[in-house]
Amino acid sequence: MNNVFVYCEIEGTTVAEVSQELLTKGRKLANQLGVDLNAVVAGTGIKNKVEDQILPYGVDKLFVFDAEGLFPYTSAPHTDILVNLFKEENPQIALLGATVIGRDLGPRVSSSLTSGLTADCTQLEIGDFDDKKSGKHYDNLLYQIRPAFGGNIVATIVNPDHRPQMATVRSGVMQKALYEGNAKGEVVYPDVAKYVPETDFVVKVIDRQVEAAKNNLKAAPIVVAGGYGVGSKENFDMLFQLAKELHGEVGASRAAVDAGWVDHDRQVGQTGVTVHPKVYIACGISGQIQHIAGMQDAGIIISINNDPEAPINKIADYVIVGNVEDVVPKMIKYYKQNSK
Amino acid sequence: MKLKIVVLAKQVPDTRNVGKDAMTAEGTVNRAALPAIFNPEDLNALEQALRIKDLNPGTTVTMLTMGPPRAGEIIRQGLYRGADDGFLLTDRKSAGADTLATSYFLSQAIAKIDRELGHVDLVIGGRQAIDGDTAQVGPQVAQKLGLNQVTYAEEVIKVEDGKATIRRHIDGGVETVVAPLPVLITVNGTAAPARPCNAKRVMKYKYATCPMERKGDEPWTDLYASRPYLTLGQWSIADCGADYEQCGLAGSPTKVKAVQNIVFQAKESKTLTSSDADVESLIKELLDEKIIG
Repeated sequence: MNNVFVYCEIEGTTVAEVSQELLTKGRKLANQLGVDLNAVVAGTGIKNKVEDQILPYGVDKLFVFDAEGLFPYTSAPHTDILVNLFKEENPQIALLGATVIGRDLGPRVSSSLTSGLTADCTQLEIGDFDDKKSGKHYDNLLYQIRPAFGGNIVATIVNPDHRPQMATVRSGVMQKALYEGNAKGEVVYPDVAKYVPETDFVVKVIDRQVEAAKNNLKAAPIVVAGGYGVGSKENFDMLFQLAKELHGEVGASRAAVDAGWVDHDRQVGQTGVTVHPKVYIACGISGQIQHIAGMQDAGIIISINNDPEAPINKIADYVIVGNVEDVVPKMIKYYKQNSK
Repeated sequence: MKLKIVVLAKQVPDTRNVGKDAMTAEGTVNRAALPAIFNPEDLNALEQALRIKDLNPGTTVTMLTMGPPRAGEIIRQGLYRGADDGFLLTDRKSAGADTLATSYFLSQAIAKIDRELGHVDLVIGGRQAIDGDTAQVGPQVAQKLGLNQVTYAEEVIKVEDGKATIRRHIDGGVETVVAPLPVLITVNGTAAPARPCNAKRVMKYKYATCPMERKGDEPWTDLYASRPYLTLGQWSIADCGADYEQCGLAGSPTKVKAVQNIVFQAKESKTLTSSDADVESLIKELLDEKIIG
């Protein structure tokens, strides 16, 4: 009762990284509240294959739902698992990845339970709330902090009266870490038929193609990112060259992705990937808020921009005022000359 | 096969291009400075609905939008492209609705359409609206009506024998699913763009308005009596038989505790030129400090 729950997403028998990131965050919230961290995972043939990927993040109790038809994911069976489990367990907080699955499942569950859900949170904290209208005071609510209005403002959302307080969080926003404390690590295997009626298995997946991620942008120590100021697809090749020299990855702003110069999966920002590299080289990126939100935690930020007033320059450690096509080749040249 | 399709569409402020003029001196967003537009992914949704209609003669497409009176523009934009009719849900008591309260009002209106105007086979909307980016309303409407749901659709490939075959985006790939009707589908922005407005339909419907949009002194006012298709549907919470307690602020479990402007911590930055000397010294500095290796 009253615990923190994390829904763990899987691909086959592999637990998604975003779920492990949420377990780490969930553990901290549970410690702060003095409650248990519980996890739930559902799939087909996952027993004895997923537990080791979940328990080390500090889980006190893991519910494994293993049955035919639970993988690939479809909305109805997973919804009923969470809805019926939550009715039994009454969690105070439930976290899901802001993935395609989490954003399909979360709202359906919240609607069933008439509980509040906040999408794409960038921070989760515990705090108090005074409802000015009703004059009521609430202790220890989950602050669900998210960008709103196209990323131009940040809103703190609370769910005072409804449980669970539900939130989704994008991959890469939280950082995963194995738990060093002691968690109970109990695992249970509930009878799926008690939670999911046969009538739930109506939507059939007839074809499915999943590729492993083509880049490792999320974990790259160095990111060379290009924006609209890069100017062309050809100029982006220089960025790839620099990234290769530095053993980094290429990222992009939405403007560059929209222009078709680079693949969508390289987009950095609120609607793309959140990165935490040691070095972020922003080439021709003006620095819209939605972009900055996805890279502001970088260790060193270098901005190359011919506009000395570009907003991104304010958060940069180094600003090189100049054209991308002049500066990037020079960086490659001097890196090659000096690195050996 | 004749189908009845409801398209969910929202009028939104254009948050994609918030320029300096849209920010007030205090750093807050000035909504009035942003144009109100047809939510982009709802246009993709409309196109999928119209394609199903093209392939299934006798199919009707009904626009459904919720908002202030001026959101009647969404219905007109749908009619211009090929929709058959539409309803505006407007009610002061629906103000302050979060996604749950919004989906409740929408689901009550769809239930009314289903009861009074014919069985609804498909509900199609955009994946998410650009003013909230939550992607919650679609699945919540589906849950409230007990419909199957397929989100992130790229294409509705076919609708036959009481089933819809849909190609959808998933993390890292695509999948094709078959879902029995009735089904709610949310459409991704990567799906086919909406067709342009049809000139004849624009001529036919340009004066079509919801009663609340009218000021009463329009030069074409007398047309409304002779041409019933110029009066667009408009429903309040009471018209839909919905419960006030579940609408608007009262029906919203989430509350906004605080709203802040985004202020990034400005750093002491070092400004360099693009000269060879400057670039080389920067590279050397980064190498010396083992920041790059």
